[in-house]
Amino acid sequence: MADLQTYGQDSGLKHTLLRGLLYLVLILFSIYYLFPLFVMVTTSLKSLTEIREGTLISLPRVVTFDAWNYAWNEACVGVECSGIKTFFWNSVQMAVPAVLISTILGALNGYALTKFRFKGANIVFAMLLFGCFVPFQVVLLPMSVTLGKLGIANSTTGLVLVHVVYGLCFTTLFFRNYYVSIPDELVKAATIDGAGFFTIFWRIILPISGPIIVVSIIWQFTQIWNDFLFGASFSSGGSAPMTVALNNIVNTTTGVKQYNVDMAAALLTGLPTLLVYVLAGKYFVRGLTAGSVKG
Amino acid sequence: MGASSSTESNLMASLQRNLSKIVVAPSFAASLFFVYGFIIWTAWMAFSKSRMMPVYDWAGLRQYERLWQMERWHVAIENLLIFGGLFIVICLFLGCLLAVLLDQRIRAEGVLRTVFLYPMALSFIVTGTVWKWILNPGLGLEKMMHDLGWATFKFDWLVNSDFAIYTVVIAAVWQASGFIMAMFLAALRGVDQDIIRAAYMDGASLPRIYFGIIIPSIRPVFLSAIVVLAHLAVKSFDLVIALTGGGPGYSSDLPATFMYTMAFQRNQLGISAASAMMMLATVMAIIVPYLYSELRGGKKNG
Repeated sequence: MADLQTYGQDSGLKHTLLRGLLYLVLILFSIYYLFPLFVMVTTSLKSLTEIREGTLISLPRVVTFDAWNYAWNEACVGVECSGIKTFFWNSVQMAVPAVLISTILGALNGYALTKFRFKGANIVFAMLLFGCFVPFQVVLLPMSVTLGKLGIANSTTGLVLVHVVYGLCFTTLFFRNYYVSIPDELVKAATIDGAGFFTIFWRIILPISGPIIVVSIIWQFTQIWNDFLFGASFSSGGSAPMTVALNNIVNTTTGVKQYNVDMAAALLTGLPTLLVYVLAGKYFVRGLTAGSVKG
Repeated sequence: MGASSSTESNLMASLQRNLSKIVVAPSFAASLFFVYGFIIWTAWMAFSKSRMMPVYDWAGLRQYERLWQMERWHVAIENLLIFGGLFIVICLFLGCLLAVLLDQRIRAEGVLRTVFLYPMALSFIVTGTVWKWILNPGLGLEKMMHDLGWATFKFDWLVNSDFAIYTVVIAAVWQASGFIMAMFLAALRGVDQDIIRAAYMDGASLPRIYFGIIIPSIRPVFLSAIVVLAHLAVKSFDLVIALTGGGPGYSSDLPATFMYTMAFQRNQLGISAASAMMMLATVMAIIVPYLYSELRGGKKNG
């Protein structure tokens, strides 16, 4: 950390002014980042008339949750007009199994690749890792044929499969890099005591994996919840995840444009991941850096 | 330890090693099929006559020729260059600036970091939806400026085919710059304090310390950030769909949206596959040299 204070070269007034300017700039940037969130919240709480009369920054004169209610229960997604709630549950049903399966497999892979290294383990890891970088466009067409052949096209099961398969490289990466730093002696000692592969995993490795499990779950949950490409490509109508439904609501061209409903629906879609971020920001950032710098 | 127990433990160890392989095998098989197999499959489709349905009659480079003859593909490539270039440069600049500002012993640094970074937790569809509302020429920013007294203010980029791609830059920068800030901030915190102190003792000014010592010493992070951003740019899809839908017309198409349109709306599977292969090649051109240097340089982090 290099800062003005430790190296206090500016004394008195100049220093105070500089500090003031610094905070001013930071506050301006905060406004820039918070502005869309502010607009989303206020717009979602206004009536349409108020939206037309006021501006982006005017606060709602009368706070109403009608738009939220409408977005959740009545908004039309395609021809289905029962709100975004069904799609919320679609996303939950897709995300929960996909996150759990990919995290469990990632943990086992990471463990096997570091603590019971076999010949070629590095090559296997490198080949798995490659999957993190592939632009998904390159797998869309074969995947849609394959899902059709398996009879799980346009289903939540299909999306779970897709998310597990393409999430594996990230979860394996997380766990592998975490377990590399755990001393091998721990495992060796247990092996000599006669403990097997799964016993060691269960008794020794898993209890110290807390942080990385959180990182992996948060990363996978954010990725899967926020996914749009796979959802749009491999689901249709009632089986679509929430992001697809949101996009559908917003881009419906028939009828009066209900900006307040759009914003309420957008907030509803963003809330789960925002909540995770607020509650476990530290782990979120760790996943981001591990997931994108190394992978 | 006796000879028999040693063989026994060898046996055990060998079993364990096999167990290890057995555990990894399903993931490895999935990767072979769903990643490598699918790439080959797509590559093959790109050499076929596929249109509405995948067929596997050899057509040589015909699909690539058709792809490169399409005006729309050229628009998408040009947009990728504009979008990617601006996105990378602005994010790097903003991220670096914010990190340096936050590195000045700021009160409430944690709060500010949270504020700068939260967009990264949102779906690009949510981001696109909000910015579409903010930037809409009727009731959005334009009206706000009018009401504030700037009557001639005009901002119609969202519906202007020459400028629509720049709105994607605005929203994408908003979303990703905080993340780059976090990367830089972590790097700044890792810079050796003794060197800075020494430079200060020698009478170097703060800007000189930053430009002369600190920023050069975190050069690797610039490279990582560029790779991350370039990767994000090439894969950008959701944001364009939610914000401009690729329009007006196809003026804000990117390769990813082009590929999707050809595959799922235009029944041009062959062209779609060819464009996907071009995207793969682009990403590989960025990632492979980077990974190579990373793995060679930082073997311990593997």
